[in-house]
Amino acid sequence: MAFSRRNFLKYAAMSAGGAVLADTPFISAEARAQAEGGNVKYVPTSCEMCFWKCGAVAKVVDGKVVKLEGNPYHPQSRGKLCARGQAGIGQLYDEDRLKHPMILDGPRGEGKYRKASWDEALTLVAKKMQAIANKYGPESLAMMSHGSPGDYFTNVLKAMGSRNIAFPSFAQCKGIRDVAWELTFGHKPGTSCERVDLENSRVIVLFGTHLGENMHNSQNQEFAEAVGRGAKIICVDPRYSTAASKSSFWLPIKPGTDTALLLTWINIVISEGLYDKEYVEKYTVGFDEVKEAVKEYTPEWAAQETELPMSQIVESVRELCRYAPNVVVHPGRHYSWYGNDTQRARAVAILNALLGTWGRKGGMWLPAKAKFASFNDGAPAYPPASKPSLIKGDFPFAGGEGVTQVLRDATITGNPYPIKAWLVAGTNLMKSLPDQRLTRKAIDSLEFFVAIDLFPTETVMLADVILPECTYLERHDGLFKISTREAGVAIRQPAVEPMYDTKPAWWIGSELCKKLGLDEYAAKDNWEGRMRRQAKAWGIDYDQLAKHTGYVTIPDSEKPYITEDNQPVFGTFSEKIELYSDELEGEGFDPVPKYEPIEHPGKDMFRLIYGRSPVHTFSRTVNTQWLWELEKENEVWLNKKEADRLGIKNGQYVVLENQDGVRCNKVKTKVTERIRHDCVYMIHGFGHNAPRLKRANQSGADDQQLITKYIEDPITGGTGMRVNFVKIIKEA
Amino acid sequence: MPRYAMVIDQSRCIGCMACVVSCKRENDVPPEHYRTRVLEMVQGSFPDLTTEMRSELCNHCDNAPCVNICPTGASHHEEDGTVQIDRDKCVGCKACITSCPYNARHINEEHGYADKCSFCQQRLAEGKKPACVATCVGGSRIFGDLDDPQSEISIILRKNSHRVLNKAIGTGPNVYYINQYPKRA
Repeated sequence: MAFSRRNFLKYAAMSAGGAVLADTPFISAEARAQAEGGNVKYVPTSCEMCFWKCGAVAKVVDGKVVKLEGNPYHPQSRGKLCARGQAGIGQLYDEDRLKHPMILDGPRGEGKYRKASWDEALTLVAKKMQAIANKYGPESLAMMSHGSPGDYFTNVLKAMGSRNIAFPSFAQCKGIRDVAWELTFGHKPGTSCERVDLENSRVIVLFGTHLGENMHNSQNQEFAEAVGRGAKIICVDPRYSTAASKSSFWLPIKPGTDTALLLTWINIVISEGLYDKEYVEKYTVGFDEVKEAVKEYTPEWAAQETELPMSQIVESVRELCRYAPNVVVHPGRHYSWYGNDTQRARAVAILNALLGTWGRKGGMWLPAKAKFASFNDGAPAYPPASKPSLIKGDFPFAGGEGVTQVLRDATITGNPYPIKAWLVAGTNLMKSLPDQRLTRKAIDSLEFFVAIDLFPTETVMLADVILPECTYLERHDGLFKISTREAGVAIRQPAVEPMYDTKPAWWIGSELCKKLGLDEYAAKDNWEGRMRRQAKAWGIDYDQLAKHTGYVTIPDSEKPYITEDNQPVFGTFSEKIELYSDELEGEGFDPVPKYEPIEHPGKDMFRLIYGRSPVHTFSRTVNTQWLWELEKENEVWLNKKEADRLGIKNGQYVVLENQDGVRCNKVKTKVTERIRHDCVYMIHGFGHNAPRLKRANQSGADDQQLITKYIEDPITGGTGMRVNFVKIIKEA
Repeated sequence: MPRYAMVIDQSRCIGCMACVVSCKRENDVPPEHYRTRVLEMVQGSFPDLTTEMRSELCNHCDNAPCVNICPTGASHHEEDGTVQIDRDKCVGCKACITSCPYNARHINEEHGYADKCSFCQQRLAEGKKPACVATCVGGSRIFGDLDDPQSEISIILRKNSHRVLNKAIGTGPNVYYINQYPKRA
């Protein structure tokens, strides 16, 4: 029985509170079902309504999923699921799902398809991919993906000899941050979840991170716990977010000036001697250089640049230092804002280092300590790449997840070599990549495009062949390594059989390997068989996972804080925290972040900023029944004074037009005091142009449609997307 | 016999709507209807703003207007203090809906009866907390027995100043609100 200390304490506390209404945890999913009798089954699995991968338990009655609950054993759900997690049933039973393989039957983009068998569709995909590989070389096959299906098709492409594989989660999201923290600490600030010890924090600083609206289950549980305990929140955001409403300091910063504030804070921390001297001495290099470099960033200057009161700038950071090191400046997640974002993330990392938060209670816990035996089920090594991959572009610090837009550019230009086929799995590229015009142009220039997905999104409906994947509630997906304060392993397994003529991604990838004559890379039997062998290799009881708890802890893996015999290990060249980065300097970048002013909008133009809703995951869930009911369309937030000046009423439909003359769908206004005068805000993911998504189609506006301009971060290739300016057209 | 009540710790509510979806699923609430909701009410002008996150549901009032007005006795008090609806007795006259000062009721259009939060009576019978409480991500909803002085809810109500909605009208609600607004610098 794997039982973490955290869970044990929780249940001990619960049972002490009285046996009545304690929601006593199920010791075993199987035992719980037996106790209830009848045709009830409980299946522990992992959620994929977003990418936090919470542990979920599906209640199945007569072969139908009737309820999803949080798995109490899993540290990322702790017995709870968010709105989306519970609405997963709506994704499973969504009548708009892709139901069978389809082959394009007309010009690309017109949406005419004919139904095909799996054999016909996969034969065609294999034939086309092989023909393109033969004609142009395997490197002309590219793949983009998000979420669980990625691994299975990465396998196909690598086996064929291509390495042109990229994930929007890097250049359009958190890759920038990860690189900056790797440069500083030698580690990412977290894998699936950030290693922030919020439940013990005395002060939490959020730069644009809108917890509450950005719904990551356990992190939000801890955030609410911190707020309830009276921790102080310092929220830096041009918008009065939910998190801002919980804050002691709300700093409504001028968008694009965050680095000015950060460098000024660093200057104050150093010049007032508020940093952790012992920690800095012991664990960091480059302090003197940072001290010298930030001298020019005075509070007076920052007040002017950020449009924040000087007193607020100074008082907030002093408050932060008062409780250091039991504080954290949250590393953030979506980071592709302005095109100089690595340096902003570096400034956040440096500030954390000066306050000594890494490895401290209430700061950032140290990575869990666990070793997993390598396991690839006896598959042979991949053949070498036919040509060097393009995925890092000209960006010296681009990560292994690749820079998506580099593949898009090469597809359009044919340089440095042609890319002729795309395999896209689980990502709606029209909504995840900036400048849809280029995405469309690239797709139009492909010789072959295959999409693997759950839903007929705008991207999927441009494909030549559509392969319908089944949902996470209908498939095995391997064993997941879970890295929270402790290391653990979780399972995803089907609650019900796949509906319609859909298949798990592992099966699709495996069959494709067979059609391509790459049998040695195909699944040996089925995925469950592979998972059992994986569990054996890792020394884990598969039945415990599958039948009982859905999650097991790796014993003795939780060592969150620095002690004499638990010293941090930094994966940098110097094996210390690099406040000054020789690596950056070596590539011609600023070794200590410098403030670079950016362009600001002119008269009657507003900077377009965007964010998330707690009930939606990007564009993936808008069509999901209960979530759609709660939020059917997005609104554009507009400052009240500006609205009055422009004669715009609350709730009126308007159209936004950007600096390139591109307009979005009509969108409802939210006239509010909750946002600065110089920007407008909308939730990302709405405004589908996908007629087969009956609920989501054309509801709300698509921020990505207006993001025709983007600035590439020269260090990582991240696409700064908050650089578009819009005017408001009243006649909608 | 217990006497059930709920506390909403508004400071912990992050407006994530997990409660709302959980309730809908647990109780098969029809499309576009809800037994609970979360309101986000912002006051002040930029940049001096405050927010009240307020979860609302049936208050299971001691002196419930819906029970008093119900012509058939469908709306009634159970021994545990909760207000419940006997669907067989309900004729769908909507008197309860107009009488409820908390806008907590709706008509189930498919079946014709009035419906509202039951504190998940079916879960209470199994010894479980209401679905909204079980999944509350912020830990904002607390449920329990007021007659048990050692219950979490009793302790919380003893230790914190609290209020009920529309106290002056004398309905005697059993949903209590606690809140400490953050002091802003």
